[in-house]
Amino acid sequence: MTHPADHGIEAPDPTDPDRTSVLTLRGALKTFGPVVALADGTVELAAGEIHALVGENGAGKSTLVKILAGVHQPDAGEFLVAGQPVSFRNVADSKAAGISVIYQEPTLFPDLTVAENIFVGRQPKGRFGLISRIEMRRRAGELFDQLGVPIDPDRVAEGLSIADQQIIEIAKAISLDARVLVMDEPTAALSGVEVDRLFAVARRLRDSGSGILFISHRFDEVFGLCDRITVMRDGTYIATHETGATSVEAIVREMVGRDIDALFPKTETEAGDVVLRVSGLTRPGVFHDIDFEVRAGEIVALSGLVGAGRTEVARAVFGIDRYESGTVEMAGRPLRRKDPRAAIDAGIGFVPEDRRKQGLVMDLSVERNAALTLRHSLARFGLISGRAEREAAETWGKRLQVKAGSPEHAVSTLSGGNQQKVVLAKWLATDPKLLIVDEPTRGIDVGTKAEVHRLLSELAGRGIAILMISSELPEVLGMADRVLVMREGRITGRLDRAEATAETVMHAATASLEASR
Amino acid sequence: MSLDGTVGAAPAHPTAPHSRPSALANLLRLRELPVILALVVLVAVTAALNPLFLSEQGIKDLLLNATILMILAVGQTLVIITRNIDLSVGSILGLVAFGTGSIFVAAPNLPIIAVFVLGMLFGAVLGALNGLLITIAKVPALVITLGTLYIFRGVNNAWAGGTQYFAGDRPEAFGNLSVDTVLGFPVITLIAVVVVAIVAVYMLGTRPGRDLYAIGSDPDAARLFGIPVTRRVLLAFVVNGLLAGLAGVLYASRFNSVGATTGSGLELDVVAAAVVGGVAIFGGSGTVVGAAIGALLLTTITSALTALRVDKFWQQAIVGILILAAVVIDRLASVRAARKLRMLEARNV
Repeated sequence: MTHPADHGIEAPDPTDPDRTSVLTLRGALKTFGPVVALADGTVELAAGEIHALVGENGAGKSTLVKILAGVHQPDAGEFLVAGQPVSFRNVADSKAAGISVIYQEPTLFPDLTVAENIFVGRQPKGRFGLISRIEMRRRAGELFDQLGVPIDPDRVAEGLSIADQQIIEIAKAISLDARVLVMDEPTAALSGVEVDRLFAVARRLRDSGSGILFISHRFDEVFGLCDRITVMRDGTYIATHETGATSVEAIVREMVGRDIDALFPKTETEAGDVVLRVSGLTRPGVFHDIDFEVRAGEIVALSGLVGAGRTEVARAVFGIDRYESGTVEMAGRPLRRKDPRAAIDAGIGFVPEDRRKQGLVMDLSVERNAALTLRHSLARFGLISGRAEREAAETWGKRLQVKAGSPEHAVSTLSGGNQQKVVLAKWLATDPKLLIVDEPTRGIDVGTKAEVHRLLSELAGRGIAILMISSELPEVLGMADRVLVMREGRITGRLDRAEATAETVMHAATASLEASR
Repeated sequence: MSLDGTVGAAPAHPTAPHSRPSALANLLRLRELPVILALVVLVAVTAALNPLFLSEQGIKDLLLNATILMILAVGQTLVIITRNIDLSVGSILGLVAFGTGSIFVAAPNLPIIAVFVLGMLFGAVLGALNGLLITIAKVPALVITLGTLYIFRGVNNAWAGGTQYFAGDRPEAFGNLSVDTVLGFPVITLIAVVVVAIVAVYMLGTRPGRDLYAIGSDPDAARLFGIPVTRRVLLAFVVNGLLAGLAGVLYASRFNSVGATTGSGLELDVVAAAVVGGVAIFGGSGTVVGAAIGALLLTTITSALTALRVDKFWQQAIVGILILAAVVIDRLASVRAARKLRMLEARNV
């Protein structure tokens, strides 16, 4: 890992007023219906600098990036590239203006070779107007030499590590003469060596005059690599600092910057017996040595940044994904690996992150969805009666106050909050001992959010153990009796309700592995 | 055995040096390798057991039998590579073949080349119909072409009724295309080889050709890259229809009679040939040369089993086993590569 002292000598002076701005976004507004995703998107990127953009999950960074990339069009605000006002209709416009965005997981064509991925749609031509593979390979090789990275231009992209895929995207950006490079959490899936290599490439590009916008949650990287830092919170620009003139503590304070404690009070409950015990759960490359337990009536939050391996652990516990070693016990009895049916029978309910894809059958009616997990107990002689289905759905729909036109309407017609309630109804009908909820309030409006929280609290009060995965700090701090923080597939923090603050959780979620050991 | 070679040759380590791969490594990486090996083994074993199999007439028969399927497989490959499929090719072939018979009866003095052009145009129009329905209505190709399979066949039935045209109804020069040889190769086989070559160069060496691979590899990403997805997919269907039309004309030359049921059920043989030839059914990879060899393999198996006096009923089962083998080999190779990579990354953490 690099140190702040590494840069500074040849890095351009950020206070220099003559330094040219390659990209300026001021007061960008973006709303989706009633939801304001970005209230004041502001960032000013200079040529020859690496500029960090930091903020909590949901601070509006991704929306800002998508505006730069031409995916979203801002509703208001000023957008200049090289001093000229621009308005992008699509991704191609943004590319033509010299902006390249490298996402956390790049989209390459898996079946095409590395060289073709770089030059797709603009392959160099040779004799008879046919594509010259030799020329294409030579140019790709040159790009990789320039980047100092050995990648075989002739191999297909399928199976390349994420790090190599990012390098290919960077090579493509260079071959397109991009003046602005946006890296959206590029290091989240990289190992230490790969991060160092990426940073070396980034510094080389900076020194050749490109402007790089670097989005990251890792403070060691932000402070080691970047010249300036812009902080966002709740969709709003907060401040921009010279890296040398600020500190991790100051940045975290600005990122969190609000009173959290009073937001989502969970009612106090006496924790009962251990319901779920996970020990030594390991899946190489995904999560390692996961140990924890959840007691009856307790809400345990699994916190950490997106991609830390939280969902993967939950899926392994529920038996969707396999794991190499370790055990999962429900009420003292070991659970079979990779057997969701056994998990349901043992009393686990699982409310997945992506309701549309995993939690609901969108085209089926509300009652069908609510009764989906009950098929065994509702069936008479192997057939499910429509009436039994309706009754079960009604009971739970009423208790959860699902607002649907009719139980027979397709779930896809409901609002996000009400869909989430149907998912909850579906699992509550099975009378679970343990409920795993993954991002229970993602994409839900504020009013319904509070209702979902009230519900979870009530369920815990009735003695159900709840394991809640959440990226929203206020939710974690307000709801959880205990907080487990994961980073890079390991648990790096175990905090009681009293110990858990925005700072302690953030620290455990972002501190380098070395420091946490 | 070929499996080990394929996987081992792919440089799985991210920091592998980018030296030019050796010719041998390139050969082992070929997706078509299994089908070529299978063909060589099949021919060698059959020839050893029945020397007549590789007589001059024997080879000529093998090639003649494969010709029409080869052309169809090449067209189908274009479509499959874009992550689509065309099940209506058998019906297109039938319509064009019957149309060819009708033309010769209606206008006996029409030059043969004009008949070819008309047949191919007819096929292209039918292909365009498929393509337009799929790209405009955005309904999966499987469903649309299943529909047009029956529609085209229905039109053929209504048009032909009980009518059949026989070899005697057509000019002798037209029928001779399937009899005459140049350097030992039947003329219609040479036509097929030229088609394979042209399409292969197009797919390998032109931007629109490469676009088809990109589209099948990741349609959403292709759109993001500004590739004109709709136009390219439409083009694939038109060319496929055109080639099915060509196959229809050649069918009329090669076989004695054409009527209402000509070409029924051929579509599955065509898809089988492409899959056996290494064309991925979900698009993005495979070559027309592979598909053409796949077609040759399928027709050769039938001849070989007949030459070896294997019961006719077993022949279909063996074709089925081949298809499964092709898919399993492909799948195993990618699973092994993925696992290797995951372990490698786990060690780096």
